[in-house]
Amino acid sequence: MDPILLLASLMVASTPILLASLGELVVERSGVLNLGVEGMMITGAITGFAAGVATNSALLGFVGAAAGGAALSLLFAVLVLWLRSNQVATGLALTLFGLGVAALVGQSYNGIRAPAMPDFRIPLLADIPVLGPILFRHDLVVYLGLALVAGVWWFLNRSRAGLTLRAVGENHDAAHALGYKVLRLRLLAILFGGACAGLGGAYLSLVRVPQWTEGVTAGAGWIALAIVVFASWRPLRLLLGAWLFGGISYLQLNLQAADVRLGFSLFGSRWELPADLQTLLFASAPYLVTILVLVLISSGKGRAALAAPGSLGQPFHASR
Amino acid sequence: MVAGGLLFAALGKDPFVAIRTIFWDPLFGDFASYTRPQLLIKAGPLILIATGLSFGFRAGIWNIGAEGQYVLGAITGAAVGLAVYPSESRLIFPLMVVAGALGGFAWAMIPALLKVRFGTNEILVSLMLVYVATNLLAWAALGPLQNPEGRGFPGSRNLSQWSASANPELIAGTGMHWGVVTAFAAVIAAYVLLARHSFGFNVRLAGQAPRAAAFAGVNPSRLVVACMGLSGALAGVAGLFEVTGPAGQISIDFNVGYGFTAIIVAFLGRLHPIGILLAGLLMALTYIGGEIAQTQLGLPAAAIQMFQGMLLFFLLAMDLLVQFRLRWKARAIEVPRTVIPQASPAGEAR
Repeated sequence: MDPILLLASLMVASTPILLASLGELVVERSGVLNLGVEGMMITGAITGFAAGVATNSALLGFVGAAAGGAALSLLFAVLVLWLRSNQVATGLALTLFGLGVAALVGQSYNGIRAPAMPDFRIPLLADIPVLGPILFRHDLVVYLGLALVAGVWWFLNRSRAGLTLRAVGENHDAAHALGYKVLRLRLLAILFGGACAGLGGAYLSLVRVPQWTEGVTAGAGWIALAIVVFASWRPLRLLLGAWLFGGISYLQLNLQAADVRLGFSLFGSRWELPADLQTLLFASAPYLVTILVLVLISSGKGRAALAAPGSLGQPFHASR
Repeated sequence: MVAGGLLFAALGKDPFVAIRTIFWDPLFGDFASYTRPQLLIKAGPLILIATGLSFGFRAGIWNIGAEGQYVLGAITGAAVGLAVYPSESRLIFPLMVVAGALGGFAWAMIPALLKVRFGTNEILVSLMLVYVATNLLAWAALGPLQNPEGRGFPGSRNLSQWSASANPELIAGTGMHWGVVTAFAAVIAAYVLLARHSFGFNVRLAGQAPRAAAFAGVNPSRLVVACMGLSGALAGVAGLFEVTGPAGQISIDFNVGYGFTAIIVAFLGRLHPIGILLAGLLMALTYIGGEIAQTQLGLPAAAIQMFQGMLLFFLLAMDLLVQFRLRWKARAIEVPRTVIPQASPAGEAR
């Protein structure tokens, strides 16, 4: 396999989870745990697909996807922030609801092809040997994902609003006492998270697949949640995590397609893993690796747990 | 329900007819004699799984992977049964039930032990295992458990037609099978456990006041293992009853999402056994009513799924409005939350 091509595909394969987990990272940094990423992703996937088909433009599709994801997250925000419902339960409800919405809306879109997403070669940079094909010959959304990583990093570490957001996430009572608008900030963070998840979902339905199939996200939203933990809530590590998982899912598909057989040779006789077991192993690999990584991260003397925002998952009320 | 009516109206159906079809016709409509038994058949697994889940949810232990445990219970139970096919012994069915419980239990132990040993988030692990379980199911249905006389079709031998493993209707025309009996027994047992037993008390304590529970000597690790194990075993048993009864065989898609719907049922029943019993019946009603609405009104199946999600939203919103007042006083005297990291919900969430 050509390593340059491999790395280039890895960039594409990791984009959906990168976008979704980046949004969730900002949400969790503000102290809210939104477990509805999968639901928002698949809603974004279908609204993006519908908007893309209706306007015959993939780019407008992505706009629709962001709007769809944000709309669903607004529902979550109202329940969690103002009605102070349990964040875990509400997030789960959001996923179930989103899957239902997507299946309902998606019925009339079965079997339609998505409008093509043009690749955008960045002039000059695309001609650099090795780096050019890997980094600079993708569609706009891949660049958007990378730009968002940088943007979120800058926002959280260098901007006033970002530091306020972190303060709200670490200790909402103290932030409130300082006069910051806790609920408003969290609302904005949740909406951003929803829009990002929507974009990620639409990347699956518009570019990766590219057509509508029910359950197109297949757990990508949950993997995105795991990557946020993996990254210890830091944007740059998040990029690493997304590439790792994108790489695994890409490799898994390619190894299956290439009919590679796992096995070993011993004393001249070759032992091979039965084909059906191998399919099982490959198909489960992304999920198993996620679990493995979660174990490795959390077993590190509680370091990952310490990095979690202090107010994560706790409801806020100004009367305290 | 009003919002549901609006939803159906938006889909171009008469909302009143739709609501009546879903909630009234299954019980008293023209085909009620056929649909009424379905109510128990569908409610059985939901109640069984939700009862198990409710313990963990009360204690703040989130087992989201009941669907996976359900599938695993079905696979292991069926595998034990099929291993001795075609012998006829009365012991086979009970053995399969035990194997199903163990299968679900073992699958639930993975997230439980990882959480206890490494502090891994049980939500994510149990959910990832659902995807692994569905892959396992596909492998089992096409591989080791495939019916050798099935001419290459995926799926196992028909377990409901083999008398030693069958899980038949106990009273004709009611839909009552062993799974439903077990579900009712589980509801009663859960009620007694929560109200009268120290385990139930510990569960409630850990959920409502983690600090107090820590001081009272409740072992959090043991609680995680117990709650996860219980819900896993019940989900596994539910899977086995389904595969030997209504579903009849291990096939690629015999699971229809009971494990996920049971989460809604558990919350709809406010994590109380009796509430879960009623919520399970209600949810089964929406399933059956949804099927009727699908054939009679052309209402898409996904609309029902969305309706169920909406139901949960409204419940969560209302529930908290109710609790708002209840907790108002408790909030005022609460100690500042500079607590041990273990007891803080943030630590729990990850």
